[in-house]
Amino acid sequence: MIDWPLVSVIIFLPLIGALIILFIKEDELTSINIKLAALLATLGTFILSLILWLQFDYSNPSYQYEEKFRWFDDFNFFYHVGVDGISLFMILLSTFLTPLCILASWNNIKKRIKEYMLSFLFLETVMIGMFASIDILLFYIFFEAVLIPMYLIIGIWGGNRRIYASFKFFLYTLLGSVLMLIAIIVMYRNTSSMSIEFLQGNYFSYNTQLFLWLAFFASFAVKIPMWPFHTWLPDAHVEAPTAGSVILAGVLLKMGGYGFIRFSLGMLPEATEFFIPLIMTLSIVAIVYTSLVALAQTDIKKLIAYSSVAHMGIVTIGIFLVNQQGLEGAMMQMISHGLVSAALFLCVGVIYDRMHTREIEFYGGLVQRMPLYATVFMIFMLGSVGLPGTSGFIGEFLVIVGAFKFSSYVVIGAAFGIILSAVYMLYLYKRIIFGTITNNKLADILDINTREKIILIPLAISVILLGIFPNLFLDPMRLSLELIITNYEIANAK
Amino acid sequence: MLNNIYNIFFIPEIFLACSSFVCLLFGLFLKKNAFRQTSNLAVFVLLLTILLVYYDSESNFANYKSLFSHSSFINFFKILALLGSIASIIISKDYFLGIKLRNFEIPILFLFSTLGMMLMIASNNLMSMYLAIELQSLSLYVAAAIKRDSISSAESGVKYFILGALSSGILLYGFSLIYGFTGSMNFDDISFYLSKYDNLNLGLVFGLVFVMVGLAFKVSAVPFHMWTPDVYEGAPNSITGFFAIVPKIAAVALIYRFCLVPFQNFYLEWSQIILFLSIASMFLGAIAAIAQSNIKRLLAYSSIGHIGYILIALVAANDDGIKAASIYMFSYMIMNVAIFAILLSLKVKNEYLINISDLKGLSKSNPIVSLSISIIMLSMAGIPPFIGFFGKFYVFIAAIEQELYVLSVLGVLASVISAFYYLRIIKIMYFDETKSEGIINFQISFQSKIILSLSLFLIICFIFYPSLLINISASLTI
Repeated sequence: MIDWPLVSVIIFLPLIGALIILFIKEDELTSINIKLAALLATLGTFILSLILWLQFDYSNPSYQYEEKFRWFDDFNFFYHVGVDGISLFMILLSTFLTPLCILASWNNIKKRIKEYMLSFLFLETVMIGMFASIDILLFYIFFEAVLIPMYLIIGIWGGNRRIYASFKFFLYTLLGSVLMLIAIIVMYRNTSSMSIEFLQGNYFSYNTQLFLWLAFFASFAVKIPMWPFHTWLPDAHVEAPTAGSVILAGVLLKMGGYGFIRFSLGMLPEATEFFIPLIMTLSIVAIVYTSLVALAQTDIKKLIAYSSVAHMGIVTIGIFLVNQQGLEGAMMQMISHGLVSAALFLCVGVIYDRMHTREIEFYGGLVQRMPLYATVFMIFMLGSVGLPGTSGFIGEFLVIVGAFKFSSYVVIGAAFGIILSAVYMLYLYKRIIFGTITNNKLADILDINTREKIILIPLAISVILLGIFPNLFLDPMRLSLELIITNYEIANAK
Repeated sequence: MLNNIYNIFFIPEIFLACSSFVCLLFGLFLKKNAFRQTSNLAVFVLLLTILLVYYDSESNFANYKSLFSHSSFINFFKILALLGSIASIIISKDYFLGIKLRNFEIPILFLFSTLGMMLMIASNNLMSMYLAIELQSLSLYVAAAIKRDSISSAESGVKYFILGALSSGILLYGFSLIYGFTGSMNFDDISFYLSKYDNLNLGLVFGLVFVMVGLAFKVSAVPFHMWTPDVYEGAPNSITGFFAIVPKIAAVALIYRFCLVPFQNFYLEWSQIILFLSIASMFLGAIAAIAQSNIKRLLAYSSIGHIGYILIALVAANDDGIKAASIYMFSYMIMNVAIFAILLSLKVKNEYLINISDLKGLSKSNPIVSLSISIIMLSMAGIPPFIGFFGKFYVFIAAIEQELYVLSVLGVLASVISAFYYLRIIKIMYFDETKSEGIINFQISFQSKIILSLSLFLIICFIFYPSLLINISASLTI
């Protein structure tokens, strides 16, 4: 094993990069240095996080690479970080997407480059820190600190309605997460511990669990987001700059799913059992309703944003089935959605950079001028639909298999949503890519350049890799998920 | 021990009182630069007083045992008030010179007011408490009206005086009722007398309510907050800074001591009042601040909101509550020092900044200043990882320890509402596009820069080494 604090280095490397950038003077000539420094810091983080994966012990269901320091003298609050099968891929997703975001913003961010890169590096630190924390308060601090850079990213570099969107995003998520703070304190009061590991073996009384569950639900349901708490998401996605949407869809939404697995399932099993029908109902409504809403959108980004809500509905179904297939499916769906929706937003960014509009009607016949673009877009589109051979298929398939054990009504709802997702994605693809060019402005649009290839091709490869070798990802997480399911079943059998 | 008469000068309060007179004479006989020199001397005197408070031992107060008390809680708040006083004198020096208000009396008024606050915090007797409050308030009435040729300053002074005198009257009436029904003015005696009874009789309840009203006025808790925005707005910015930073510390300590010492056994009686004050302050502070365009009024409502959170910890009335109050008060002081250090150095078209909308474009012309303001605002909103979060966090720990779930949930909801107006300031600085640039001027003296950097350092870096403050505040006894 590694005898140096690998996880802490991964968490704080972006922050060190940010500190270096702070001292680079920003002007016309040196802005390239800022971008390079940011890229190096994020790439370094990505490479280090690959070590995390390579050295990962598949046979160990609990936390690895643990680091623990006492932090507050008066109560049991530790700086306690580590990685298990569930958080491993969330961290990898964050470290993989952030360099791509930096690259995607290379030319289209023209004002305040320094602040932009600082925000992204700070964001990466808090995202990784959140997934790696084993202490609930540490988790909470990172969870809430995410709001600061994201608020700035949407508000400063966003579109026309960016101020409305940034406030809505900040206040919605803050409202959810402050309730979680109360729940965390109540947990601490009952157990005198803040360790996630400890609390997962500790069962609260039934009534306490119900209230705690609702408080956590408020925070994660807004974050993931579930219908009817999703209304911040289309606004935030549409107004954010491309890279902001990528991180929002790619990583921030996963914070909700991750929280459900860790806290609701892991710590409040009996309350979870009680609330499963609620979650299933909301998820099915979300899948069907938002899919239909997506069908009616005229803005490409908004369409993908609504499709995210629908895909996250499949994730919540998978999580709350609480069986091996369901949870594995939910995890796969989260990873897949992290890659696919991020890639779709990047694809939208490509044409937005050229034409400065996201109206679907503006485009049409892009395949005539941009064959390569049409190809990668197709891969991601099919990934989103869930075609076998792409990452989306594995997640949806496993969730549906798991759902059969639970109720066939849920299967019908989820399957209906998957069909609808094929409808709106294929319809979108047809309108943008196929046909002949009718709009004269598109006549001399250029195909993707080298920088965009560097961004999109790794994503395309990983979408297909995930679809063909799902075990590469499922094996490390299997035991950790089994542990949660076993704990859950023991608690509910009592 | 007081075996030597000279030792009497080492009692911090007596030292401060004598030094204040020395400062007064010093200022009187100076021909040039009287204001600057007196300010420097005042800072020096306050620093010495901090040392004396720190090394003060209980025996020094032997002769005054009945009038004043001595505990770690009292010392902590005294030092906090002194630190706040020093910081606000230093950061306001250049401002006074800038608006050509060079009365050397200003630092002297601050000194006397600080003396009053130290006595307030330590008072253990209704009479000494009243006199201390009056000493503190009278100095502040004059300070609010010190800019004689300005109508708004005079108005704020008169407003403050009239409402302050009214509240003092109510307070005094409450004292007389308590004295009448218990037969004692001393906190310990009152507590001893009351310990024989299970219920307060009607007269004592009235007395308690009147005192609570008077104290609520001093901490500016809703619904006795009306003076705060007006006085904040009218007084010169630097006086507002002093108002925001220091008197709140003393008043909070006093309200804690009054509830927890003489009336410790009658939790139900006073906690209802505090509960209402707390909820009303949090929500009114949060909602009324949204509509403000004047930064001083906004900070006034923000301080009303903060008082609401501190009162939550008082409702909790346990050791965690005292700890939470001291941590919260410390963070409150630091954040206000930082924000006023910036406000007192920002000029828009050669006028000191007042309107929030004037901050527009600050992020372009002064990126570091706007970053600092953003950090302070996020900290005030209670967003981790800044110090303001930990203040609120400890308050909620105390509340939940006492099973005040509804109050905690209301508290966090109010904090979400208040986040809106803190974010609005960040929005104005960063998100709004500006056409004209360079009208905002940031000039700060070296001393204020040190104060500002130090407080920003504490706001940001508290999270890395929290144990120092937390261990101190955990050991406090009332």
